[in-house]
Amino acid sequence: MSDRDLVVLGVGMHPWGKWGRDFTEYGMVAARAALKDAGIEWKDVEYVAGADTIRNGYPGFIAGSTFAQKLGWNGASISSNYAACASGAHSLQAARASILAGFCDVAMVIGADTTPKGFFAPVGGERKTDPDWLRFHLLGATNPVYFAMFARRRMDLYGATSEDFARVKVKNSRHGLNNPYARFRKENAIEDVLNSPIVSDPLRLLDICATSDGAAAMIVTSRAYAEKKLGSLNGVPRIRAVSTVTPTYPQTILELPDFATDSTAVVSPPARGFKDSLCWAAYEEAGMSPSDMNMAEVYDLSTALELDWYEHLGLCAPGEAEGLLRSGATAIGGRVPVNPSGGLSCFGEAIPAQAIAQVCELTWQLRGQAQGRQVEGAKAGITANQGLFGNGSSVIVSV
Amino acid sequence: MSVSAAGGVTRVPAVEGWYTLDHEPHLIGCRCAVCGTYVFPPRSGACPNPNCDSEELVSTPLSRVGTVWSYTENQYAPPAPYRAAEPFEPYALAAVQLEKEGIIVLGQVPRGIMAADLKVGMPMQLETDVLYREVVDGVDTEFMVYVWAPAGPTAAESIGGRS
Ligand SMILES: [Zn+2]
Repeated sequence: MSDRDLVVLGVGMHPWGKWGRDFTEYGMVAARAALKDAGIEWKDVEYVAGADTIRNGYPGFIAGSTFAQKLGWNGASISSNYAACASGAHSLQAARASILAGFCDVAMVIGADTTPKGFFAPVGGERKTDPDWLRFHLLGATNPVYFAMFARRRMDLYGATSEDFARVKVKNSRHGLNNPYARFRKENAIEDVLNSPIVSDPLRLLDICATSDGAAAMIVTSRAYAEKKLGSLNGVPRIRAVSTVTPTYPQTILELPDFATDSTAVVSPPARGFKDSLCWAAYEEAGMSPSDMNMAEVYDLSTALELDWYEHLGLCAPGEAEGLLRSGATAIGGRVPVNPSGGLSCFGEAIPAQAIAQVCELTWQLRGQAQGRQVEGAKAGITANQGLFGNGSSVIVSV
Repeated sequence: MSVSAAGGVTRVPAVEGWYTLDHEPHLIGCRCAVCGTYVFPPRSGACPNPNCDSEELVSTPLSRVGTVWSYTENQYAPPAPYRAAEPFEPYALAAVQLEKEGIIVLGQVPRGIMAADLKVGMPMQLETDVLYREVVDGVDTEFMVYVWAPAGPTAAESIGGRS
């Protein structure tokens, strides 16, 4: 194993749902579970990397210290990160940097959220210079509007159909059926999706992920610490790569929450677009390729977006995702199951917890502990997500 | 900027300085005085091109015509600060690619033109439409927004007849 690998010693989650309670309640459940899973005490943790929530006041903006205090001040160093959907992975990166720099050996990465009902709307007040406020005011451009435009391009350019999008939901609903942490555990048929109301054409209610409460935490350590504790690291999941790269100018895909793309008038587009570059930076860091992956956890904000990720991850060529899905390759039992956890489709999005939850799932899968949804013989997996303002991440975990 | 319309209604843009309200309206973007790249919405400050350290973005009109990059249709009223009419009427949005500027700009589509009427690659032209209407200081006021409308044959020709 590489000296730059990090050991995932423990993971823990609070189930996803919608209760509207204090986000720290969920976080504490996840933190205690991760500590127990790691077989260490809270006092052993030297660094807490908190993923922030921006809808829960001051404690949410300083998640690292919020959880360090809730667990009882133990003198640990802390950091708090906000990077939209990638916040959890940026926190993992902060913990990783601290461990690889030799500043500490044991870190907790944690994120928890409580979310409002319905569409994500901008924070209140009139802010005519804030593009996030103006996209709602001038255009009514909700998040599903952007997801819908990606979906529509798949239809007009590649011949994707509403049935293809529904098939993603059907697959993920089966994957998540037995996941005790999933919020939606009901098998959906293609007809259920096609009979649900259109939100932003062509996407229907069941094509779009909900917003959820939830929490995830993990304990990551240096290789030396884990070897000392466990003796052998055989079969112990390791973080092989964490990619948090930003876009390269000009970004030519219209992304949330922008009114316009960058201009290609004087600078040609980069060879790899943003979402491709997120995944490929992870492959390059790990020295691995798409064919080495036995599974992937991707950000299926919509069913159609999951298909986009197949291509960004290099699981198939552009335009071939529908074929890959229909072949069964991305279902459990197939060549490279995608979202064995059930994905956002079964969880809903709990922003600061979600990227951590993706890594928790890979960890359970690689240990053979993903009861009822196990990807048999999995040796390596990759996560991918992307959020607002050039934030995104991709993490590779292997045994 | 305000324009008087028929019937004593005053028309003002819903946001200042992003588009004109004349007969042939156009978006107002910026162009870097040094490298020549474009930005929309208009702004001041640093050029976004990483190879350029210019701080001078100069206001410039953008092409009125382009082609559809993608589109959708809102079937539910968006949340505030969108001011949805009651009862809510579904409407379409289109992201339109401007060839000369090399950018894609998202906008609403005029009422009554729906997703089924649109297609990736279709020629579109900039117009303006009423976003909402309100009495401001005793003046009946229409707040206007730019919209992308399917282009007529003349406009389609000016973008090279691409479809
Ligand atoms: Zn410049």
